[in-house]
Amino acid sequence: MIALVAQDTQTVALPGPPVVWSLLWPFLILAVGGVLLVTVTSVVPVLRGRSFPAAFTCLTALASGLSLIPVWQRVDRLDLVGGTIGSGTEGPRSLVSGAYAVDGFTVFVTGVICVSVFLTALLLDGYLRREGLDGPEWYVLMLMSASGGVLLASANDLIVSFLGLEILSIAAYVMAALHLRRAESQEAGFKYFVLGALASAFFLYGIALVYGATGSTTLQGIFAAGPNAAGLDPRTDSSLILAGMALLLVGFAFKVSAVPFHFWAPDVYQGAPSPVVAFMASGVKVAGFAGLARIFLYAFQPYWADWRPAIAALAVLSTIVGGLLALAQRNVKRMLAYSSINHAGFMLLAIHAAASPDDGGQRGAEALLFYLLAYTVMVTGTFGVATIVGGRGDGRHDLDDYRGLSRSNPLLAGVMAILLFSQAGVPFTSGFFAKFRVIGALASDGSYALGGAAMLAAVISAVLYLRIVVSMFLIDNGEAHEADHEAVDAVAGGRAAPEAEGDTLVEASPEASVLTSVRAPAPTALLAVCLAAAVTLVLGLLPDLGGGILSDAASALLLAG
Amino acid sequence: MLEAAWLIPAFPLVGFVLLVAFGRRLGDPVAGWLATLASAGAFASTLVVFVGLVGEEGERRFFIQHLFSWVAAGSFSVDAGLLVDPLAVTMCLFITGVGTLIHLYSIGYMHGDRNYSKFFVYLNLFVFSMLILVLGDNMLLTFLGWEGVGACSYLLISFWFTSEANASAGKKAFVTNRVGDFGFMLAMFLLFHEIGSIRYADILTRASTLSTFAATLAVVLLLLAAAGKSAQLPLYVWLPDAMAGPTPVSALIHAATMVTSGVFLLTRLNPVLAEADTWSRGLVAWIGAGTALFAATVALAQNDIKKVLAYSTVSQLGYLFLAVGVGGYVAAIFHMVTHAFFKALLFLGSGSVIHGMHDEQDMRRMGGLYKFMPLTGFTFIVGWLAIAGVFPFSGFWSKDEILLYAWNADEIGGKGLWVVGIVTAVLTAFYMTRQVILTFFGRTRFYDATGAEITEAWSARIDAVRQEMTAAEVARDKAAEAVGKATDDVAKRTEALEAARGEVRQANAAVATSNPADDGHDKLVKALDKAVKAVPKAEQALAKATDGVGTAEAGVLTATDELDAAVARLDELKARQPALPPLLVTARTSAPDVSEVEDNLPESYRHRQEYHPHESPATMTLPLMVLAVLAALGGLLNLPFTSRLKVLEHWLEPSLFGHEAELSASAATKWVLAALALGGALGAIVFSFRVYLRGRMRPETFEKPVFAHAWYVDDSYADFFGGPGRKLFDLAAWFDRTIVDGAVRGTATVLSGAGRYLRVAQPGFVRAYATFIGFGTVLVMAWFLVGRLYLRQ
Repeated sequence: MIALVAQDTQTVALPGPPVVWSLLWPFLILAVGGVLLVTVTSVVPVLRGRSFPAAFTCLTALASGLSLIPVWQRVDRLDLVGGTIGSGTEGPRSLVSGAYAVDGFTVFVTGVICVSVFLTALLLDGYLRREGLDGPEWYVLMLMSASGGVLLASANDLIVSFLGLEILSIAAYVMAALHLRRAESQEAGFKYFVLGALASAFFLYGIALVYGATGSTTLQGIFAAGPNAAGLDPRTDSSLILAGMALLLVGFAFKVSAVPFHFWAPDVYQGAPSPVVAFMASGVKVAGFAGLARIFLYAFQPYWADWRPAIAALAVLSTIVGGLLALAQRNVKRMLAYSSINHAGFMLLAIHAAASPDDGGQRGAEALLFYLLAYTVMVTGTFGVATIVGGRGDGRHDLDDYRGLSRSNPLLAGVMAILLFSQAGVPFTSGFFAKFRVIGALASDGSYALGGAAMLAAVISAVLYLRIVVSMFLIDNGEAHEADHEAVDAVAGGRAAPEAEGDTLVEASPEASVLTSVRAPAPTALLAVCLAAAVTLVLGLLPDLGGGILSDAASALLLAG
Repeated sequence: MLEAAWLIPAFPLVGFVLLVAFGRRLGDPVAGWLATLASAGAFASTLVVFVGLVGEEGERRFFIQHLFSWVAAGSFSVDAGLLVDPLAVTMCLFITGVGTLIHLYSIGYMHGDRNYSKFFVYLNLFVFSMLILVLGDNMLLTFLGWEGVGACSYLLISFWFTSEANASAGKKAFVTNRVGDFGFMLAMFLLFHEIGSIRYADILTRASTLSTFAATLAVVLLLLAAAGKSAQLPLYVWLPDAMAGPTPVSALIHAATMVTSGVFLLTRLNPVLAEADTWSRGLVAWIGAGTALFAATVALAQNDIKKVLAYSTVSQLGYLFLAVGVGGYVAAIFHMVTHAFFKALLFLGSGSVIHGMHDEQDMRRMGGLYKFMPLTGFTFIVGWLAIAGVFPFSGFWSKDEILLYAWNADEIGGKGLWVVGIVTAVLTAFYMTRQVILTFFGRTRFYDATGAEITEAWSARIDAVRQEMTAAEVARDKAAEAVGKATDDVAKRTEALEAARGEVRQANAAVATSNPADDGHDKLVKALDKAVKAVPKAEQALAKATDGVGTAEAGVLTATDELDAAVARLDELKARQPALPPLLVTARTSAPDVSEVEDNLPESYRHRQEYHPHESPATMTLPLMVLAVLAALGGLLNLPFTSRLKVLEHWLEPSLFGHEAELSASAATKWVLAALALGGALGAIVFSFRVYLRGRMRPETFEKPVFAHAWYVDDSYADFFGGPGRKLFDLAAWFDRTIVDGAVRGTATVLSGAGRYLRVAQPGFVRAYATFIGFGTVLVMAWFLVGRLYLRQ
């Protein structure tokens, strides 16, 4: 498809890889934006205040997002021309000598990452003011991380994937530890780093094995070396590449926190600064899924029957374990961490369906993309509310801290309710269609067992979101201590309701400072969560995004198959 | 006229939007009237569509109105459209009709509530969702309505959610319904996969291409969905708890409309049922029959006026499932409609009673209310006769129809189903008669002292005696003290007398030894005189003191007597104090005896004597009367005598695709069955009168504890989730806490340097995590290298 574009580049006289700059803009804007921000703020101290970096980051994300429009139009048109997979080393979709690929899928994922950056920047602004922290480095790191994410999603070569993964991750490690006054934050960063390094090592080793097996690191090359092309029997000749595949899967499973590689997530989510968690749960995870989908659905496509059951196992484990362990929590951030593990399971299921050779493939890919978008918006919004409720010191994340939120800030409680219902998959929210599409794709693929397990997990996890909602809307004080077990009792049909002793309404809250942060949240943060809730509702009412964007992007992902 | 279909859901939607925007400003009662108007508008448009549909030929009564293209992504597309056919319109008619009446009723019922406008917001949203549920032309739209009515239900159950009971009931409904939704979605995807579409038009026409296995699986899944929403075994537990919400909500959502949507769904998809294995239809029928019988036994022993109706609803819904299972779809819809009439009537009647009784819901505290609220009483009686199946009220016709179809369904044990059905009918007549008698007839027990009050009064009385006793004790002690003092006094006086006598002796001796001629002699004589004179004085004093002792001793005796008397009285009172349960199940003929403790009865009792039950306002009684007429005459919809009289059957034909079961019973059999059902009902009513009005048998014979506790199902759920389930949950929590959780416990070391902190922090956790990741990697690796060879698809 982009072969046409590649022809434009023939005029480049210098030796070196042909580069189609016009298609690289979305990535370049993020990366250069980050570099520019760190340079400018260190040279011009006036700009080191709090407003400039936030505004700059928002604008950068916006600009990168807008630059996607012409890119989309180009790849879209190219798609229509109907390119097929060539035999050259570059591959039809690749730029920069086959290292970087742009198509509908990467454009979509880049857009989602931009949304995540935009919303997180709004959250960070209020957070840094409240915590009395400053410094543009938060934003710089986020832009860097985002550019790494785009790189990972667009990589057409395993080496570039690794590069993207590291850029993405290292910045995220630092961000997790960046709240210098909170030991929890540093502990979180430390854990994230040590375990992330381990996962990266697996990943790198996986690349080496794949290279050893196929003699190539480009996705195109790996695909071409597959059994379809070379006529190998996968049962005897492919142990090496399969081992590499396993290690790459481990690396990605860590990044997207799939069970059993999820252990870091609850700790890190609980300890890291809340807006950073919003970014980690959305942008970082989206990039991880994009890389996973790209590599497995394209390069490893010939081996789909081998890796699909592994993905299915990880997916089912993630949905069930995430849902169950979330129920056992009282800390809301930790709860949401497990819930994001549960979501990761759903997205893995979408990838499972996308690997299907028949109709389920297209629907699975669409489901994945829709889920990524819906999930990013709602999870950023949810952690946004957690950021606000966390109050000064970012420490109020117990379930009880949400008690009576509907009184002290009805708007915030309403927004949170929408976001949580969406996560639970209640109709009229984006979350419903996200789950609906995944399960629908599994059904059209005939994977009823997986679909059933997914729905069971959705039922289990619904209780968890309900717990938070109930906590926000219950204003009686008497049953404060019953809150812990009420969700379970509700299932049990809790015999007699516990006698509410004393019907006194909630007394003046012990910590007035907290209430002020809830009563008068930073306007930017409020804007971010309201935007997230609005998008969640709009996607819930008009779930096809207008004009086939999803199906175009999805078919780009599957073209290789 | 069919094109007006979109107006049906549009009215409540507009009402909902307007109320969200302006409801608070409109306030009480304008907001209520606006909502009622919106619902009435929907009813009017339904009538228009109904007339239009009647005007069509039989075959063409299946009209699809395309609204807009909704989800149109690639290979998967769903349009939003309305499916107008006799089934949908029948549902719409009673949803909007009964809905409007209940809106009207709520204007009065909710009067003065803090969240008056919010209540109507939810109510309109509910009507909208319910209409989408029945009118949607595809399963996804139905599912959205399905979830929407669920959401409104939780919101309205928890409407007064300052109370924990309501909030917990709402959660129970949420959780149970999620289980049902699970079945719905699976069924939807299954049908999509098999048929390639989720539009009813496609599913219904192409159902015959389904394999038996797929159809059977779909039916089982749909049954799961329907059992959740329509409160069947074993998912019924939320419905009785849902009675915590306001009464109009119980009437509209938890009796007339939402809970019937499971039956609607099964009826809507009747071609799928037709393709399924026989046993799956048998399952539907037997679950229905089991639920009907089970809930009827539980209703026997409930004392809360709404709980009786709640279990009765569960039981009647069981009938509907029974009807669907045996292929009597018309009978199911028929009974659904008549049930909507009479159950809404009964619920609203009970609401009127509760309203007039100052929020009293316990029937043991009612009785004889007919004279206070004749309109409510009269309409309630109509509802009672209808549900009991007395000729010629509506319930008789529809229930009879179901029993007939059950009798007919030989391949799934129809005779057994019939027996269960008839036993349930007898029980229904019995417990409903009990309810009517306890509420409206017999002695007015409202003013009676409750057991708690009487116990309190007795304690007050005993306390008074106890105080007397204490006083007597004090008096006795005092008297005893006086005796001691007096005895001391006697001793003192005796000493004084001895002293005086000694002085006389001394003076005598002195006089005898002295020389009378001496100067001192006179003096001595004088002293002697004095001494002699002092002796009688001392003697007198002694006598007095001795008297004092006597008096004091007498005082002790009296005080002791008094004390003994008090103790005796106390013992006697204690012996006589009746042992009473907190709430008396009073004899049906006389009030509990309070003559002895009348003065000691607490304030609450006195207050009650000044309050009188009263009839409700016209906005509440008007719906009652309309519903009473409907409940009485609803049978006209489908009289069984001639084919032309079976209006409903002909009307529904286009929606049933010929899947209605054929009746093979002879006319004589039909007459005998109907006579048996009627005889059973009348017998049960008479029997109930003998027990509860005449007191010929002890009610405890029927009100077994096992019924009162709903066969302990709820409790065993609670035990499971509180016991083994809870343990599992705790295990997960423990696992997370101790094995997984490195949770950040560093709060105490905030501000310590990072280096020091990291030494203090649990690096062990990080190592453990790394180990887990290593294990995981080994597993994944093992799959790729070994496992796939054996397990590959």
